[in-house]
Amino acid sequence: MQTNAIQVNGLHKSYKQLQVLKGVDFEVQNGSIFALLGSNGAGKTTIVKILTTLLEQDGGTAAVNGFDVASKPDNVRQSISLTGQFAAVDEILTGRENLIMIARLRHLDNPRQISDDLLNRFSLNDAADRRVSTYSGGMRRRLDIAMSLVGKPQIIFLDEPTTGLDPEARLEVWKIVKELANNGTTVFLTTQYLDEAEQLANRIAILHEGKIIANGTLADLKKLFPPAKVEYIEKQPNLEEIFLAIIGKKEKI
Amino acid sequence: METINKHYFSDMGVMLGRSMRHILRSMDTIITVTITPIAMMLLFVYVLGGAIQTGMDNYVNYLLPGILLMAISSGIAYTSYRLFMDMQRGIFERFHSMPIARSAALWGHVLTSLVSNAISVVVIILVALLMGFRSSAGILSWLAVAGILALFTLALTWIAVIAGLSATSVDGAGAFAYPLIFLPFISSAFVPTETMPSVVRAFAENQPVTSIVNAIRALLAGQLVGSDVWVALAWCVGIMLVAYFFAMRVYKKRM
Ligand SMILES: Nc1ncnc2c1ncn2[C@@H]1O[C@H](COP(=O)(O)OP(=O)(O)OP(=O)(O)O)[C@@H](O)[C@H]1O
Ligand SMILES: [Mg+2]
Repeated sequence: MQTNAIQVNGLHKSYKQLQVLKGVDFEVQNGSIFALLGSNGAGKTTIVKILTTLLEQDGGTAAVNGFDVASKPDNVRQSISLTGQFAAVDEILTGRENLIMIARLRHLDNPRQISDDLLNRFSLNDAADRRVSTYSGGMRRRLDIAMSLVGKPQIIFLDEPTTGLDPEARLEVWKIVKELANNGTTVFLTTQYLDEAEQLANRIAILHEGKIIANGTLADLKKLFPPAKVEYIEKQPNLEEIFLAIIGKKEKI
Repeated sequence: METINKHYFSDMGVMLGRSMRHILRSMDTIITVTITPIAMMLLFVYVLGGAIQTGMDNYVNYLLPGILLMAISSGIAYTSYRLFMDMQRGIFERFHSMPIARSAALWGHVLTSLVSNAISVVVIILVALLMGFRSSAGILSWLAVAGILALFTLALTWIAVIAGLSATSVDGAGAFAYPLIFLPFISSAFVPTETMPSVVRAFAENQPVTSIVNAIRALLAGQLVGSDVWVALAWCVGIMLVAYFFAMRVYKKRM
């Protein structure tokens, strides 16, 4: 039997008066890259927090790796790792110490070896024994993602992994994400950048006003775009145009 | 669940190791925490002390317990600061999304608070020794003093946890400590309460600092401790339990 890596049904969440999620449904296949697209305040982080057991939903169900997030949070935590929207690294420790700390907390056998490997892989060797407070934004993000890879979790959540990075650092993160998926890891990422979803994801879902208003492969989403226009415009519509077209359509109704 | 229980103490060990690095790499906080109490001690002993009648011939001996409480009160501002920063930086979210006991991250901060305040206390006692502090207390009395100070630190630490978890700014995280730092002034810490006006005296004699100071002072002087030690313990344990209860409620709500 093949369960989905992530299965979300009718998810609701409000903060006091503010209704953020109004019935969110989607699923993520094992080993795929899934991008959740949405503008500022759409509720992307809220979904990530529910899926990573940091926040309880008000209604609906969510299962990660076959385990219900509300009733089996410990099993969920065994299967995942989270790279939050803001780098979750210890500034006072060195890069190496950060990695060793996570390896110890995951009760792995050879923390030093694991940290050496990851420092190598993420080109952080030279900075390994410097305090993280001296790192650049890109280095910090690389370390942050490296910390999430300790222990090889099956499902990785990346909440806006490239926000605030320069183009070069962004390409590096993309490379890392692609490598992960090639090795069979399921990647759930959120982004505001349409080209990022276009570059990385097997499936893309668009979150708007509390619901998923579109969900499919890039080709599926392109079909949603009025075909008549394609005839007159040389260039293929990119995701940005599709996104704006869909939102525009919804708002007219 | 089982794996979590099995590893609870090793997880705590990792958290404590992390915190100890924080303390050792920011020794300036120890200096900041101890400098004001030491300055107060110098001021009271060398400037004001001559005019204060305490019934003890050595004013440093009289003063030290209150100074120690003052240092701990300002030390715990850093506990809530560290906690606040962890929440801000998202490292708590990382810990909480990992298969480790959730409370390990929080207890790491509590242990850190105990250790760093213990360091401050030792520093101040060393300075007091240079200034003429002497004690005839035996090892058991010293252990009792250490125990009371540890309980006092724990009680204030849980208050600091509430502040650190619910603060919305860095300044807010530490602000709660200011009233605590000044409590010793309206107590028997610097002068005997007998000379105070009746309303102030009533407050002074019934607030926690006075009984804690009196108990520690008696223990250090090698005297018999009366009811003060029980009142002191009751205060510490009482504050600790109430603060712990509310801290846990805030913690559950925030996490
Ligand atoms: N703890 C909270 N209390 C109250 N409101 C909140 C809380 N967390 C988020 N919100 C609100 O919920 C909405 C969705 O927030 P969320 O962080 O999930 O959005 P997002 O899609 O991740 O946005 P961004 O792209 O800016 O990160 C926003 O309007 C936000 O202000
Ligand atoms: Mg967000």
